[in-house]
Amino acid sequence: MRLVLEKRNEKSKKMQILVPIFSLIISALLGAIVLLLTNANPIKTYATIIHGAFGSPTKIQYTLVKMLPLLMCGLSVGIAFRLKFWNIGAEGQYVMGVIGITWVMQFWTWLPPILVLPIALIMSFAFGGLWGGIPGALKAHWKVDETLVTLMMNYIAIGIAEYLYINAWKAPKGNMGTVKYPEYAWIGKMWGKVHYGIFIALILVAVLYFLLYKTRWGFELNMIGKNSEAARCQGVSIKRNIILAMILSGGIAGLGGGINSAAVTHCLTKGVDSGYGFTGILIAWMSNLNPILSIFISLFLAALQTGSDALQITMKLPSSMSEVLQGLILLPLLAGNIFIDHRLRIVEKKSTEALEE
Amino acid sequence: MENTPVVQMRNITKRFPGVIANEGVDLTLHKGEVLALLGENGAGKSTLMNMLVGLYRPDEGEIYVNCKKATINSPQDSMALGIGMIHQEFMLVGNLSVAENIVLGLPGLEIKPNFTEIGKRIIELSNKYDLGVKPDSIIDDLTVGEQQRVEILKLLYRGANILILDEPTAVLTPGESKELNSIIKKMLSEGKSAVFITHKMNEVLDFSDTVQVLRKGKNVGTRATSTITKLQDIANLMVGRDVLFSLEKGEFKPGEVKVELKDVTCITNTSPRPLLDHVNLQIRSGEILGIAGVAGNGQQALSEVITGLRRTCEGHIFLNGIEMTNKTPLQVINSGVSHIPADRNKMGIVGDMSVGENLSMKKYRTEELTQHNIVNKSLIKVFANKLIKTFTIKTPTQYTNAKFLSGGNIQKTILAREIDSCKGILIAVYPSRGLDVGATETVRKNIIAQRDKGAAVLFVSEELDELQMVSDRIAVMYEGRIMDVMDTKDATTEKIGLLMAGVERSDV
Repeated sequence: MRLVLEKRNEKSKKMQILVPIFSLIISALLGAIVLLLTNANPIKTYATIIHGAFGSPTKIQYTLVKMLPLLMCGLSVGIAFRLKFWNIGAEGQYVMGVIGITWVMQFWTWLPPILVLPIALIMSFAFGGLWGGIPGALKAHWKVDETLVTLMMNYIAIGIAEYLYINAWKAPKGNMGTVKYPEYAWIGKMWGKVHYGIFIALILVAVLYFLLYKTRWGFELNMIGKNSEAARCQGVSIKRNIILAMILSGGIAGLGGGINSAAVTHCLTKGVDSGYGFTGILIAWMSNLNPILSIFISLFLAALQTGSDALQITMKLPSSMSEVLQGLILLPLLAGNIFIDHRLRIVEKKSTEALEE
Repeated sequence: MENTPVVQMRNITKRFPGVIANEGVDLTLHKGEVLALLGENGAGKSTLMNMLVGLYRPDEGEIYVNCKKATINSPQDSMALGIGMIHQEFMLVGNLSVAENIVLGLPGLEIKPNFTEIGKRIIELSNKYDLGVKPDSIIDDLTVGEQQRVEILKLLYRGANILILDEPTAVLTPGESKELNSIIKKMLSEGKSAVFITHKMNEVLDFSDTVQVLRKGKNVGTRATSTITKLQDIANLMVGRDVLFSLEKGEFKPGEVKVELKDVTCITNTSPRPLLDHVNLQIRSGEILGIAGVAGNGQQALSEVITGLRRTCEGHIFLNGIEMTNKTPLQVINSGVSHIPADRNKMGIVGDMSVGENLSMKKYRTEELTQHNIVNKSLIKVFANKLIKTFTIKTPTQYTNAKFLSGGNIQKTILAREIDSCKGILIAVYPSRGLDVGATETVRKNIIAQRDKGAAVLFVSEELDELQMVSDRIAVMYEGRIMDVMDTKDATTEKIGLLMAGVERSDV
């Protein structure tokens, strides 16, 4: 007997649902092995994570607050990935967004108070968009590899941010961080820690869903992503669309940074580069680039992150364990995707010896 | 001819999901014999041979090599039995030398091979079979014909006695084909045997001793070549019904010039010679201009400069009398040009999108399928179903992803989209390449119908008989130049063949 992978004639609908479920179970099992090796009880650990994420209203609020920047970065990366543009620079675009909003909040004091927040948010979108548009333009006009450029630009953005909060824009008091934003320009709270920014994100999900799945532009992006050469033959401009999509992608990550700053941190300071952009890659991939699915995936990953914080306290496990568990989620999912296009068949093994006639 | 069978395949069956590639096929190859395996595309010729070289395994049936039952699980197994195959696409590393390519992947090769010894052996073999291969040449500097001979030498070097050639003449000029023929004859006299896969009937007579015809995966006849009196008989066997050797065409009434190229030149830094070299062409309304030439002599670049996919370095292009030099593909499409591209999978369709979406890829910009920039799914559904019906595209539903269709139906999808949106100019590049007779007929008929309706058609093909059947005038391309343009009635096979090989008109 031997096993053979055969190509399916059509994508399996059943597998599209079963694969994520089973790969999650496999991830949990793999995680259990790692936990056992570190002498931790896996069941207790997973229970702690769930309790840490959803165990009380405050904990749920923390999870929801954490979900917002993750969702924004997931949406951002998802748009770029649609075009097979490997934007791994959402982190830098997010940081640029924070720089953008801080610039308005700190220096555009002449604005009427009512306009400060909207203009500041637009500025965060513009800064992020610029940071995404540059690699887009480089790729479109000179075929510069986007993976390298977006990765490098993360560190440039983080470097600029450090210079600003340690040096140029530092508040008079303390040794780092900018001045707090004016209180009238904060995004308000609606339920404990949870702020109104979540509505902006949900509206954005709806807008993106419409844009990507219902409009001519979405149709063109789909064509480019799935076969750019054929799209070009049909008269679709690849250059223009790559740049536009990257401005949008960077802008959304930037806006994510803007919202989180206006609602949670209220300044530009250390910790602005907390890895939301990188987790965004995971979210985009796991949600199959679907904006609506991104909501649930980012909620799941936010829960994993807040829940894992509890591990440190109750289980005395290192915080990096949460990163290990996160990494383990993606591997079985990617490996399992082969079953959507292929089926496994068992074949009777025939004699392999050459026989004399 | 000695009468010992070197290969016997008995009752071979091979299934792929949804398709039976071979069913109960028997094949016998004798020592010193050339067996022509004839059949349409998709008849199962390559599949059958791939089982002989271990790329596939038969689901049922047995293979005997030199009267011994053999189980061939990999190309290594088949090589050990002395069987080697030359595929349509050569497996050579372009920037390595002939000697390096020949020993590449050889089992038991020392870490630092002795290239003087290897070179000697190559020259020895090359002289023995008149291959004219030099061990030090770099593959990229060789012509396609020479590369093919390197592939042959590679197999001989490994001690192959049975050579399988998969459509070897497809890439050759008529002159090179003749040389290949004499090489094969020479090998036979040395006691080797060969299987020659082809779908060109005229080659069968020249090359083979025996003809075996496959149709839809089944063996439909085996004849000694010497007993064949009429090609038509073999053709009917291959197709299973009487083949149309001519097509109905309306009267030739050319109108105004719709496409005009003046001194168009195209240079790239990846190719040593210009892709297009001062090309001058005119295509009138109601006319099909055929482009003949061996693949890779600028035909594709020609179609790409007209459709705006490639920039010209010099010269001017006029469409409908308006200068359109170096305009964007969209501007060219809007000026009424439809394009059936050379590579249907890479350029023609988006495999991961549905048949319906693929059919809409020209008209999604118009109010016919989208309103206020919003794609109207129900309009697309009606539109796609109409085209699927008109062009008899075989697909489970219009929501099936295009990549799951057969080559012929993929081409019909492209044809449907381009013909439906055609507004006066049609650029068709190898539109019937690799299609079976039925689909080929659909493609040709539709192209002629466009011409009868007054479209100007550029028709690129490698098949001379197809060009002679479809075109009103034929231009021959060689190394980016137009060698000559002539009326189809003056375009004899001999004349075109010489021009395709680069012989100037004055020398003809």
